[in-house]
Amino acid sequence: MADLSSNFLGIKSPNPFWLASGPPADKAYNVNRAFEAGWGGVSWKTLGEDPHIVNVNGPRYASIMSNDRRVIGFNNIELITDRPFQVNLEEMRQVKRDWPDRALIASVMFPMNEASWAKLVPIIEDAGVDGFELNFGCPHGMSERGMGAAVGQVPEYIKQATEWCKKYATTPVIVKLTPNITDVLYPAEACLEGGADAVSLINTINSIMRVDYDNLTMFPTTGDMGSHGGYCGEAVKPIALHMVAEIARNDKTKNLPISGIGGVTTWKDAVDFIALGASNVQVCTAAMVYGFKIVEDMKTGLNNFLDEKGMNSVQELVGKAVPSVTDWKYLNLNHVDKAVIDQDKCIKCGRCHIVCEDTAHQAIEYSNNGGDRVFTVNDDECVGCNLCVSVCPVVDCISMVAMTTGTDPRTGKAISPKASDWTTHPNNPLKVS
Amino acid sequence: MNDKKLTNEAMNIKPHRLSKQEIEDNFTDLHPPLSAIEALIEADRCYFCYDAPCTKACPSDIDVPGFIQSIQSDNLTGAADKILSENIFGGMCARDCPTEELCQQACVRNDHEKKPVEIGLLQRYATDSVLNNGVQLFSREEDTGKSIAVVGAGPAGISCAHRLAVLGHKITVYESKDKLGGLNEYGIAAYKTINDFAQQELAYILDIGGITIKTGMQLGKQINLEDLQQQYDAVFLGCGLATVNQLNLDNENISGVIDAVEYIANLRQTSNKDELMVGKNIVVIGGGMTAIDIAVQSKLLGAEQVTIAYRRSKNIMAASEYEQALAKKHDVQIQYNVSPKRLLSADSNVTAMEFDIMQSQNDGSLMASGENITLKADVVFKAIGQKLVTEGLIENNSLQLKKGRIVVDEHRKTSLAKVWAGGDCVLDGDNLTVSAVQDGKLAAISINETLTQGA
Repeated sequence: MADLSSNFLGIKSPNPFWLASGPPADKAYNVNRAFEAGWGGVSWKTLGEDPHIVNVNGPRYASIMSNDRRVIGFNNIELITDRPFQVNLEEMRQVKRDWPDRALIASVMFPMNEASWAKLVPIIEDAGVDGFELNFGCPHGMSERGMGAAVGQVPEYIKQATEWCKKYATTPVIVKLTPNITDVLYPAEACLEGGADAVSLINTINSIMRVDYDNLTMFPTTGDMGSHGGYCGEAVKPIALHMVAEIARNDKTKNLPISGIGGVTTWKDAVDFIALGASNVQVCTAAMVYGFKIVEDMKTGLNNFLDEKGMNSVQELVGKAVPSVTDWKYLNLNHVDKAVIDQDKCIKCGRCHIVCEDTAHQAIEYSNNGGDRVFTVNDDECVGCNLCVSVCPVVDCISMVAMTTGTDPRTGKAISPKASDWTTHPNNPLKVS
Repeated sequence: MNDKKLTNEAMNIKPHRLSKQEIEDNFTDLHPPLSAIEALIEADRCYFCYDAPCTKACPSDIDVPGFIQSIQSDNLTGAADKILSENIFGGMCARDCPTEELCQQACVRNDHEKKPVEIGLLQRYATDSVLNNGVQLFSREEDTGKSIAVVGAGPAGISCAHRLAVLGHKITVYESKDKLGGLNEYGIAAYKTINDFAQQELAYILDIGGITIKTGMQLGKQINLEDLQQQYDAVFLGCGLATVNQLNLDNENISGVIDAVEYIANLRQTSNKDELMVGKNIVVIGGGMTAIDIAVQSKLLGAEQVTIAYRRSKNIMAASEYEQALAKKHDVQIQYNVSPKRLLSADSNVTAMEFDIMQSQNDGSLMASGENITLKADVVFKAIGQKLVTEGLIENNSLQLKKGRIVVDEHRKTSLAKVWAGGDCVLDGDNLTVSAVQDGKLAAISINETLTQGA
């Protein structure tokens, strides 16, 4: 059995699955239940200055569901903790006493003045937390008050607030980033400059879920009006993975530890984040959709996966896929893939044909001899775009197979064993000679 | 029903074999409708195949992936429109089509996981939504001044009438029975069309107007083809097969030997199924849907022993494998390769039937093996096919018939000018509701083209 234990910035936890700061980590009652269920740690629901904020007493959540009511995407307009600072602090102190082997992180969101940080950071640390997570990501409500994403969208503010926190904290400081920016490297580098020990990402994405088809208002609303919320859940994972990988492969930030957040629902999602550079993962939506028990499969699934890969620890997986991520301009333009349909597996639905015919390269031909439907790839037209694979309902029925010898019948060019990319391509006006 | 053929004398034929409640329970929906969530989940299973095999397998050309996509997006009116614009009896066909041999047999999910999309149930879900809510999807085009006679108010005739009415023509439908619907009303098994569905559907179809109904009008009696040809711009014959084939045995008229279609019609029309006379030991002669229907329904009415006796082998039987399985599920015995030899009787009541056990020859023909089998019976149902009644149809004209059916071309045009035909009365039909509806539709399109082009 592989070792699932985690040591993130010196913060130890029995596994790399933490509950992200949010409703599931709102108070001792929930956190105790989460730890009983087996979660490795929690980032407690974000603390703010007293007087505590208030939440709406109406819909705070909405989801996008499949027809069989599986939650695909989720959003929320809940703000940071709506309980007094001291109440949270005492609960955190007790929880850490009761669960010394679990990670307990204090998520915080304070105004942009040093005095607040100077006053509150040491008090929180005194409660026994293992570290801080600076919430520079919340995109709704708090951002209107100059906090959350309003800080995370200005690298100078990130650096400043990180410096303040580091100044008054002795435990590690993680900065949680907002995806509501153009390039995640600017805030990530600001974190580094401010002395952050790690970054966590992503927080939620600005979103409106839909309209109410009866009233033609946005949905959901608090009474007559609604406000945008933060989008999360399975649907946002690819956005999060990209940002994690960007930080992990960027020269300046590649050694900055990452806690991966955004749509983690199963152990496979955790593998995605960890292989692309995260050292652990944080989960919120999946717990809110399925309850705390889901961590059981996350743990056994990850464990079995590591065993199959012959890896002894999660650490061995961290960043494994990062070297495979590059800029488009470095992709090998001499590489030629062709789609290959396994006729024994094909169920003759023809989805590959119609999408290729209507929207791609007219490379999948259809014949129907008295009801005998056959779909075949025409290599003369196939550009290897993977659209057919992306829509095929049968697992491993269509695969992309690389040509290694001969001539590409589409271009008439011989397959070259040498890699060649855009930087040297004759059509590139900026090519390096 | 011919009561003198079904007497109570032997005490083996009697009503109330089951309680009223038991019979009610037995005749509930064979396939209950899908709930909204079931429909959404099932619709999600459709792969929206290109050049979809299900659509190709549908005799009425329904765009199956198209309507399922509309169910998936909560566009039920759009879904129903896709169905009903090809097949105005989409509701009934959703209930009585042998989907396991048609659309669902062609579903690629059979290859993927041996479980097709439940197309029939989805079609019912979509069509119920407009029928139950009275959403009228059709309106009539401007009056063309043309008038067309339709003979027979079954699926073929009403399908033709509806399409022609939509196209702006005036239609008069002549029906011999009191109620409209043909086999939808008098023939289809009761558990496939509960709650008077046939009449509800007809009300929806006729609601667009332009269709005058005349009941009690029988070919050869109140009407004849020659007069209709003179009075109307075109005639559509959807008269079905109004009489049944006989066994041609000496004592066929003895009590207890009954036409299955007659009994089924009575079963469909009665308001008290528990009052129906039901035999104890029943033998059904035939191998088609009617045989299955009468056998299963006899069981549901409380018959103790029901045996279908079929002349040929299992794989040639006209009733689908699904229907045969349905019969077996209801404890109906199916005896293959037996040919009726003679009826045994006592006091003019049937007591048993003797059969020759047949052997198939290499050339496909049947030959008696020399062995016999006798099945005890107080009721023998004849379900060996129906015949076209030609009175009022073929006098003074050259209407071409073949094998006792009307010959039509691909547009359902007969050999006579101004006369089209469809449904069970035409040659090479498959006796399915859906095919009759298609015949009516194609004939209407052809009639319209002919009339509006002044051809």
